[in-house]
Amino acid sequence: MPRIQLNVNKRMYELEISPWVSLLDALRDRLNLTGTKKGCDHGQCGACTILCDGKRILSCMTLAIMKNGAEVVTIEGVSEGQKLHPLQQAFIDHDAFQCGYCTPGQICSAIGMLAEGKAKTREEVKDLMSGNLCRCGANIGIIDAIMEIHGGLSHE
Amino acid sequence: MTQDNNAVGKPLSRLEGKAKVTGEAAYAGDYQVPNLLYGYVVNSTITKGKIVSIDVSDAKSYNGVIAIFTHENRPDYASLDLKHADMDAPPGKVFKPLQNGDIKFHGQPIALVVATDFETARYASTLVKIKYEEQPFETDLEKNLGRAREPKKGLATALKPPPPKPKGDFEKAYEQSPFKVSTEFIHGTEHHNPIELFATTVVYEGDGKLTIYDKTQGTVNNQVYVANVFGLHYKDVRVLAPYVGGAFGSGLRPQYQLFLCAMAALELKRNVRLTLERKQMFSFSHRPQAHQILKFSADKEGMVTGLSHAAIGETSLYEDNIEIVSSWSNRLYPAENTHFEYKLVPLCLHSPIDMRAPGGSTGMHAIECTMDELAFKLNVDPLEFRLRNYAEMDPESEKPFTSKALRECYIKGAEKFGWHQRNPIPGSMSKGNKLIGYGMASGIWDAYQFPARVEASISSQGKLLISNATTDIGTGTLTVMTQIAADEFGLSIQDVSFVYGDSKQPFSMFQGGSAITASTGVAIVVAAKALKKKLIKKVKALANSPFHVFQDDAIVFRGGKMMVKHEPSVSISLEEIIVANKGRAIKTTNMGKPHLLKLRKYSKATHSAAFVEVEIDRELKTINVTRAVTAVAAGKIINPKTARSQILGSMVWSLSKALREETILDSTLGKYMNPNLAEYHIPVHADVHDFDVVFVEEKDELINELGVKGVGEIGLIAMPAAITNAIFHATGKRIYKLPIHFDELLKDRIA
Ligand code: FES
Ligand code: FES
Repeated sequence: MPRIQLNVNKRMYELEISPWVSLLDALRDRLNLTGTKKGCDHGQCGACTILCDGKRILSCMTLAIMKNGAEVVTIEGVSEGQKLHPLQQAFIDHDAFQCGYCTPGQICSAIGMLAEGKAKTREEVKDLMSGNLCRCGANIGIIDAIMEIHGGLSHE
Repeated sequence: MTQDNNAVGKPLSRLEGKAKVTGEAAYAGDYQVPNLLYGYVVNSTITKGKIVSIDVSDAKSYNGVIAIFTHENRPDYASLDLKHADMDAPPGKVFKPLQNGDIKFHGQPIALVVATDFETARYASTLVKIKYEEQPFETDLEKNLGRAREPKKGLATALKPPPPKPKGDFEKAYEQSPFKVSTEFIHGTEHHNPIELFATTVVYEGDGKLTIYDKTQGTVNNQVYVANVFGLHYKDVRVLAPYVGGAFGSGLRPQYQLFLCAMAALELKRNVRLTLERKQMFSFSHRPQAHQILKFSADKEGMVTGLSHAAIGETSLYEDNIEIVSSWSNRLYPAENTHFEYKLVPLCLHSPIDMRAPGGSTGMHAIECTMDELAFKLNVDPLEFRLRNYAEMDPESEKPFTSKALRECYIKGAEKFGWHQRNPIPGSMSKGNKLIGYGMASGIWDAYQFPARVEASISSQGKLLISNATTDIGTGTLTVMTQIAADEFGLSIQDVSFVYGDSKQPFSMFQGGSAITASTGVAIVVAAKALKKKLIKKVKALANSPFHVFQDDAIVFRGGKMMVKHEPSVSISLEEIIVANKGRAIKTTNMGKPHLLKLRKYSKATHSAAFVEVEIDRELKTINVTRAVTAVAAGKIINPKTARSQILGSMVWSLSKALREETILDSTLGKYMNPNLAEYHIPVHADVHDFDVVFVEEKDELINELGVKGVGEIGLIAMPAAITNAIFHATGKRIYKLPIHFDELLKDRIA
């Protein structure tokens, strides 16, 4: 079985893993990092979005062995200890979730999207976040929360 | 109310917010359990017939496979139908997984592969070889309308009564009315599709004891189901669901992954997890297809004279799933002549299950579009038409409503939206290359309350502990219940804990029908009052208690203390009470239930009004909902923040129902063709624009102790029709089938 090394949330992991295991299942079933969610396993919902070498990716569409040596941040690694990332706080303040199942993916995706620096307006943020579905219909809260942080960034 | 009682009505952020934004919140398939086995379900690829043979030998010998369960080797389970019928089972014969080789619907679970990891189980499932004998089937409602029949009656009929009896002489009134409209609506299948996949993790505790993490809306329902089916003592089955990743009705009944997972765990005496795939999420619950015919008439003053509404719904071959589709106009618009019908056609599909605003969102779409058409014929503004036909009393029961602020919904909603700017002529409003349409519609939903039990206690630390088995499927239940309890005891939110999502806690019905805030909420009020009484009694009994000269009703609880209202210096803290009780917690368990006797004199309902603006491209006919306002009258709003989210969520669902989501059924193959989230379209962020919610003041002192009515469904009742009506206003075209595709508008363009 192939061996890989993954740096997840600033911790090194050594994994012996079959080639058919997705990065999503590796995180959830092998590393017990279940904050990352599976909503479709087919790249259609965005629930599994994580940050890999600083970029947002769909972990269900990625085989774990493809990411040997990569630096991964999952929802569990977004906050600094007990201190929430400003986007996490904004999600709470704007009631940007109901069931909360799409939330880890939305937050990781938004962090990745903001780092890409492409979206300038609310409409562009909506477009670039549209790969992350929310069945509860918390869309307005989610975009409000992201815009709060987006505004904060652009004024720096 | 004292000045400390101020949590209710506050827009408190969700108390579980931090757990949800950090990934800490664990859902059914997330629990870390040692030595876990993984299951994978094999589903039927035919729609009707028999399994002739099922060969599991290759799969079984694959490295890592532990067991394969089929109808041939499954363990025994209860044979009586009654034992499989859950609290939400409709009349009929409940579906029993792996019962025998009969196939009743496409996607029926026919085998469970259990392996040491998920990948192995999934791969081995492809090695199971099945031979079928196919039989002819029918799955398309439209082709089988002729087979419609009366639904069977059963326990569920109590909550879903048949349509009301006819009044007057509808045919004659319709014939003689100067204004009339006859419409025919077609609604296809929809699937709940919560983003969380259905999953169960069963912990085998030994000795026939199970701890089950399940995706459900009813912990007690599923506990009793598992106990009944597998012959366990119900106390040995504990079902937990503290976090549920959306359900929208699909979790009202125990689903087959629970059955299979519990069966495997008991048989293998191991911990097992079973998570369904997205395509399997289309194999156990859906909103049924519906066909509706309506005839409404009015006199020249614009008063409705006749209402006729006939609906035909779909059900499975084995159960009669009932919805209330055709009864609603009778509760909104007084008419002297009425006729209502509701029938079912059994088809080779799994049973439908209530899906958010079941029946109401289907029936009211047809009703409110027909009303719009009638208003247009009358040349009356659609809002004015509703106001003219406003029912002060419930026309159906001829009783007054416990409260009804629908008029305020109309007025406040219209004002916020800017309805007066509407030019009544279709196609008359535009912006550049876009046609603009304004549409409105009314909404009504029942106000249910189920009996519920709550335990309330003061812990040894002097904190208030409240517990009930209900779930919180994203509705804000945890937060709302904590607010209610805090106010009852004059405590701050931090000093109250609500324990829920656990079948071990006192009884709650499943979370559905917008009923839990009233059900568990009222039980909290009752239990808190009883606990206060008990505390007062205990304190008065203490030696030298300064309280015993005061009447009970002169004693209040606030700021963590029990005190005399007009002599606050006479006080004792909750902690001191516990110390005096030798450190032991003081508790009580009480039942909250609807005041049926008192309510018999009244009718009860929530109401809403929706206003929508659409923009439609002149050439391409692409449709965009640019603005929408939903005004809601639902009694007291405990938490305006979470309640607003409930309504906003329903507004996104409305957009979805009107313009996006549909399950495409191929009736030749008898199967759903788009069982995935790429082809089952729901609105994405880019589709959702300027949506707003108005809660109108509605004081209701009759309905229950809290004056609440529930907000889970009401936001989805009016807006689909408002969108359809706005599309007519923009284009002059009436579309009678949902969802509306832009090509419908291309078929014959208006000049
Ligand atoms: S689980 Fe990866 S996109 Fe849905
Ligand atoms: S919060 Fe439930 S799916 Fe987004």
